[in-house]
Amino acid sequence: MIMVLQDIQREYRYLPCEALLQTAQALDVKLSKVFSVATFYNAFSLNPKGEKVVRICVGTACHIRGAALIKEQIEHHLGIKAGQTTEDMKFSIEVVACVGACAMAPVVIVNDKYHGGVSVSSATRLVKN
Amino acid sequence: MIIATPKQLEQLAAEYKKTADKHKKMVIVCCGTGCLANGAQKIVDAFEECLSRRKVKDFTVEAVKKTGCHGFCEQGPLVVIEPQGTFYTKVKPKDIESIIEKSIENDEVIEKFLFTNPKDGRKIEKYPDVPFFSHQHRIALRNLGKIAPFDIKEYIAVDGYEALAKVLTTMTPDQVIDEITKSELRGRGGGGFSAGKKWRTCRNVPSDVHYVICNGDEGDPGAFMDRSIMEGDPHSVLEGMMICAFAVGAKQGYIYVRDEYPLAVIHLQKAIADCEKHGLLGDKILGTDFSFSIRIARGAGAFVCGESSALMRSVAGEVGEPRAKYIHSVVKGLYDQPTVLNNVETFVNVPVIINHGADWFREIGVPKNSGTKVFSLVGKVRNTGLIEVAMGTTMREIIYDIGGGIIDGRPFKGVQTGGPSGGCLPESKLDLPVDFDSLTEAGSMMGSGGMIVMDDKTCMVDVARYFLQFLVSESCGKCVPCREGLYQLHKLTIKICEGNGTEDDIEKMEKLSQQIVVGSLCGLGKSGPNPLLSTIKYYRDEYLAHIRDKKCPAGVCRNLITYRVIPELCTGCLACITACAYHAITGQKKEPHVINQELCEKCGACVAVCKHDAIEVS
Repeated sequence: MIMVLQDIQREYRYLPCEALLQTAQALDVKLSKVFSVATFYNAFSLNPKGEKVVRICVGTACHIRGAALIKEQIEHHLGIKAGQTTEDMKFSIEVVACVGACAMAPVVIVNDKYHGGVSVSSATRLVKN
Repeated sequence: MIIATPKQLEQLAAEYKKTADKHKKMVIVCCGTGCLANGAQKIVDAFEECLSRRKVKDFTVEAVKKTGCHGFCEQGPLVVIEPQGTFYTKVKPKDIESIIEKSIENDEVIEKFLFTNPKDGRKIEKYPDVPFFSHQHRIALRNLGKIAPFDIKEYIAVDGYEALAKVLTTMTPDQVIDEITKSELRGRGGGGFSAGKKWRTCRNVPSDVHYVICNGDEGDPGAFMDRSIMEGDPHSVLEGMMICAFAVGAKQGYIYVRDEYPLAVIHLQKAIADCEKHGLLGDKILGTDFSFSIRIARGAGAFVCGESSALMRSVAGEVGEPRAKYIHSVVKGLYDQPTVLNNVETFVNVPVIINHGADWFREIGVPKNSGTKVFSLVGKVRNTGLIEVAMGTTMREIIYDIGGGIIDGRPFKGVQTGGPSGGCLPESKLDLPVDFDSLTEAGSMMGSGGMIVMDDKTCMVDVARYFLQFLVSESCGKCVPCREGLYQLHKLTIKICEGNGTEDDIEKMEKLSQQIVVGSLCGLGKSGPNPLLSTIKYYRDEYLAHIRDKKCPAGVCRNLITYRVIPELCTGCLACITACAYHAITGQKKEPHVINQELCEKCGACVAVCKHDAIEVS
C-alpha cells in the first residue's frame, strides 16, 4: 500500500481524497486503514502542494549551522509557515529532519535540487519567483 | 549474460581488470549527492563537451569516471586525476579546459585547485596526503570514490562477488556463521549486537521461510554513511545480503531505503537489475543450489521505522508502529517469519571478512570492538564529511587530525554522537576511545555514526530541546511513556530556554526520564531522554545559567539575549539592514547602524551577514 500511495503522491504532489477511496477499493482494504497509513508517514500529504516545494533540512548538523534562521527567513519572505502553501499555489514550505547531506549544512531542497551552504541572503534568493 | 560458474566470474574479473588498466590516465569526478549539489554533473558534461571538440592523446571520454561519494563533500565538486592522485577541489565547469590542457596533456599541477590544509595554509597535491584521508582506515568505504556505482563490471573488476563465490563453493552455512561470529562483527546500526549470533539464532528457528532485510532507513539526523554507501557501492550491500541469505537459508531479501534518498533507490535498483541479468540474483546462483532475490521497500519518512519491528511492519505496507518484543524479530519478524535485520554498513563488512578472514578483521580495532566504523563528521568542524576509522580511535584524533579542528579556531564545546538516542560529550571526554562500549559507558552511544561537533556558540539546553522536539514529532504515539513523557520533557526544556525554568525542573526532568526509559515499548522511547540526561550531566552549569541568571551563555535562546551594534566596529555597509526581515535596524550608509530593540525578533540574521563582527550578542 505504501508504494501505491507513494506513486500517487508523486503524480499529484498530494493524496486526493478520491485517490484514497480508489486505493482502498483496489487493494480491498478498509478506507480507515489507508487513511491511517496516509497520515502516519511524513512523505504523504492530504493537502495540495505548491509548484515548488521548498524543503528545509532541520537535521542536527543543519540546526547547529543555523537552519532555524534560514527557515525563518524563507517563511517570512513567502509569508507562510512551514507546512503551508502560498495562496497562488507557487510555493510550499516543508521541514525535513535530515536529508543526509550534512556536510553541506544548512541545506535547502527546492523540488529535487539540493542547495548546500545556504546563507541568509541566498535563502531568500531560492524562493524568488 | 549469465555468469554460470565461479570460474567464469574469475575470468570476467581478470578481463574487466585489463579493461580498467588500459587507460593511461583517468579522471574521477565525485558524483555523490553532495558533489552533485555543488554541480558535479556540470563538470562531467564539461569534460564531455571539451573532449568532443578537442583531441587529446591517449585520453578519451571513457576515462572520465563518475564515482560515489569520496566523503569530503564540503570541498566539492571533487576531481581526482589518476594514477598521479592529483586532488582538485571546488572545480568549476569553466576550469575543465585548463585541467585537460595542463594536467592531462602535460602532467602539470594547477595549484589553485589544490586543497589548502586549514592547519598551516599549505597546499596539498596528492589525494592520500590530505589529512582528511590519510588518517582513515577504509573497509566499509573501500570502493567509494573508486568505482562507478552504475557499472557491475567495475565491481567485478575489484573482486566483487568473489566472497559470494567462495561461500557458495567452499563453505557450509554453519562455517559462514562461525566465521562472522569469530570476526566479532557487531551491528553497525547502533545496537552493536553480534551479527554472527543474530544469524545463528535465525538459522536455528525451524521454518520454511527466512528473510534477510537490510536497514537503509538512516533516520538519525546528522548521519549519512548508509546513503553514501548505497549510492556509491550498491553491489557490496547486495553481496553482503546474499552471503547472509546463504548462511541463514533465506530466499527473499528486502532493502528498506529512506524516502529522502532518491539517488540511493535508483542505484540499488540498477544494481539489482544488473545482478539479475548476470545470474547473481535469482535461481541457482553461479550454478549452485542457492536461490535468492532482493526487493526494495521504500520508506515514507518516519524515524521510528528504523526500529526493527516497526520497520518490518512498514515493509509489509502497514503503519510503522513497534510491538513489544517478548519474542525477538529474529525469531518472529517479517510476516511472522524468522528475519535477520542488519544495517547497510554491517552488510558491507561481510564480503571483506569472508575474503580476508575473521582473524584479519579482528586485528583491526580494539578487543570486542573489531573492525572500523564510519562516521559523518559534521557541525562546527573545519573538514566535514564522511570518514572511516579503526574502532578505538580517540575523539581528539577524529576531530582535530581528520577534522582539522573547530571552524574559525573557536573553542570546542562538545560532540554529539548517536543521534536522538545518543548524548553529548564534553571536552574532558575528548581522549575517549570511540567504540561501542566506551561511548555507552560515557552516557552516549555509537548509534549509526553521526558525530556532530559543537563550539561555544552552541547552547546545550537548546540542543536538548531540539532533540526532544524531534522525538516528540517522531514518536509513533503507541505507548504512553514515550508519547506523553517526551512531550512533557520538551515543554520543560522550552520553559528553561525561555528563562522561566526553576531548579526543581532539572530534578523533575531527571525523574521523568527514568520512567520513560523503563516504561517505553521500543528503543525510541527507551533512549529518548539520553540527549537531555547527558547534557544535564556534563553541562549543568549552562542549565543553571538559564535558570538562575536568566542568561544563555552561548547567545542562542532568544528570550535571554539582546543584539546591539558596536558603533566603533560598524562600517555602515547596510548589509544587516537588508538582511533584517523585521525592519528593526536603521541607519545611513557609512554611519553606525542601530537596532530597535522593540522590533528585534532576535533571529540572528544580522550577525550572520555582518562581516565586521560589529554585532554583539549579550
